[in-house]
Amino acid sequence: VTDAAAVKTAVADAHRREWARVLAATVRLARDLDLAEDSVQEAYACALDGWARVGIPDNPAAWLTATAKRRVIDAIRRDQALRSRLPLLVGPEDAADEVARPEFTAADADDPGEALPDERLRLIFMCCHPALAAEAQAALSLRLVCGVAIPDIARAFLVSESAMRARITRAKRKIATARIPFRVSGSAELPERLRGVLAVIHLLFTTGHTAPSGASLVRAELVDQAMHMARMLRELMPDEAEVQGLYALLLVTDARRATRAGADGRLVRLKDQDRSQWDRAALAEADDLIIGCLRAGPPGRYLLQAAIASLYADAPSYDQTDWPQILALYDRLLEVWPSPVVALNRAVSLAMVAGPQAALAEVERLERDGRLSGYQYLPAIKADLLSRTGRTGEAADAYRQAFSLAANAAERAFLAEQIADHAFPT
Amino acid sequence: MARYAVLIYAHDSAHAPDATPQDTESCDRHSDELVQDGSMVVAYALTPRDMATSIRGDTITDGPFLDSKEVVAGFYVIEAPDLDGALAIARLNPVVREGGGVEVRPVHSGFVKGEEDIAG
Repeated sequence: VTDAAAVKTAVADAHRREWARVLAATVRLARDLDLAEDSVQEAYACALDGWARVGIPDNPAAWLTATAKRRVIDAIRRDQALRSRLPLLVGPEDAADEVARPEFTAADADDPGEALPDERLRLIFMCCHPALAAEAQAALSLRLVCGVAIPDIARAFLVSESAMRARITRAKRKIATARIPFRVSGSAELPERLRGVLAVIHLLFTTGHTAPSGASLVRAELVDQAMHMARMLRELMPDEAEVQGLYALLLVTDARRATRAGADGRLVRLKDQDRSQWDRAALAEADDLIIGCLRAGPPGRYLLQAAIASLYADAPSYDQTDWPQILALYDRLLEVWPSPVVALNRAVSLAMVAGPQAALAEVERLERDGRLSGYQYLPAIKADLLSRTGRTGEAADAYRQAFSLAANAAERAFLAEQIADHAFPT
Repeated sequence: MARYAVLIYAHDSAHAPDATPQDTESCDRHSDELVQDGSMVVAYALTPRDMATSIRGDTITDGPFLDSKEVVAGFYVIEAPDLDGALAIARLNPVVREGGGVEVRPVHSGFVKGEEDIAG
């Protein structure tokens, strides 16, 4: 009998590391996302019991996949409509054969016919089928592949939890009804899905970089997953500038990981971070990539973001940052990616070039536009600008507004401190 | 007899993957009537707009081709002596009284697998 605490840890570990791989293999048998998800969930529940009795298996992923697949087969057998559904179930792999041979085999993990070497990447490319709306692609990927909770996904997309739930349900229904295949059949399909895949990896990274809720600022496992997938994608598609751009962006942003929160877990602003602690090797690698790609052709969204991030990182101090150059890059970025979030970030550099008053006008324009209502960084940036123009009382109000929208503990602590400073200036 | 296609426009199709017989009752009853009186040639009910995928140029998108209040919920081909006859049949479609409508188009030619040429 294995120690219950050790089993619990092993199951939690396997959930974090292997969820996507187990799900991807199960989906291929089930041909039904809900059935696959339920079966994988049950397999993890079984592991808690089973591993306590027989010990933790050498290969948890194989054990979980075999168990989940058995659940799928049981469910299909129970299904009275099996006969009528059989034609749907039989795909390129022979489903009947799978039913007879439910054990996990090496062939399941490594199908030479696949255009992609990794189950998780494969599942993301499937979720990014162009027949699904862009937001649905990303939401579904975050949920299925990365196991991000629906409230956190809703936050990332600035929509309500119920709206996000409905969106994911709708996407699953379309996959089932229109029969979107659970495999990417050829490498020719990869480029047309790339834009969606890059967006998913970026979103996964940002979700981990600043956790939408919870106690700690960073969710390291999400950041690491995103870095890993970006690296694999780079090996797979070395000629795609945006793939390089995204990888560079993640490198630069993650190079500051150690300094973004203090020892007490509290948020440290960019201007107050200890630059000597930044990962210089990662920054240098990113710089080389960015310079190489900028020479190669007109930059896309990720490359421009990477270039902006690296200008921040390369400056010897916050005050010595090349603000005019950053503002010019933001103007380019706004052209290729006209998003209100980009416009808001541009306002921060505008304040450094043209003064807080000009930036404040821009932020107020975005506020009236309404698309960023519910986005905590708008009132937070507005508060900072108001504070810099001496409007302390209004700054406190804006910080309060940001506080009411923030759900991450580190960010809330930072905002509470700002409210106190501005409501009762010393 | 000439052949006319009838395109059904509605806010959405009642034929969802999990639709109950009650949900599709009025459409199904009308379809049965046309089959019985011999005017129905071929008929298709389509799944709701959420299941649609459109292609324009190189771009594939989620959703119906036209971004409008109504979508094509289904279509069928009827036989009628002339347009007035076709309109008389088409106006009986329950969708006309349920906030949608129909479009009647003379058929030029066509093909159904396993059948003769079904040209009008």
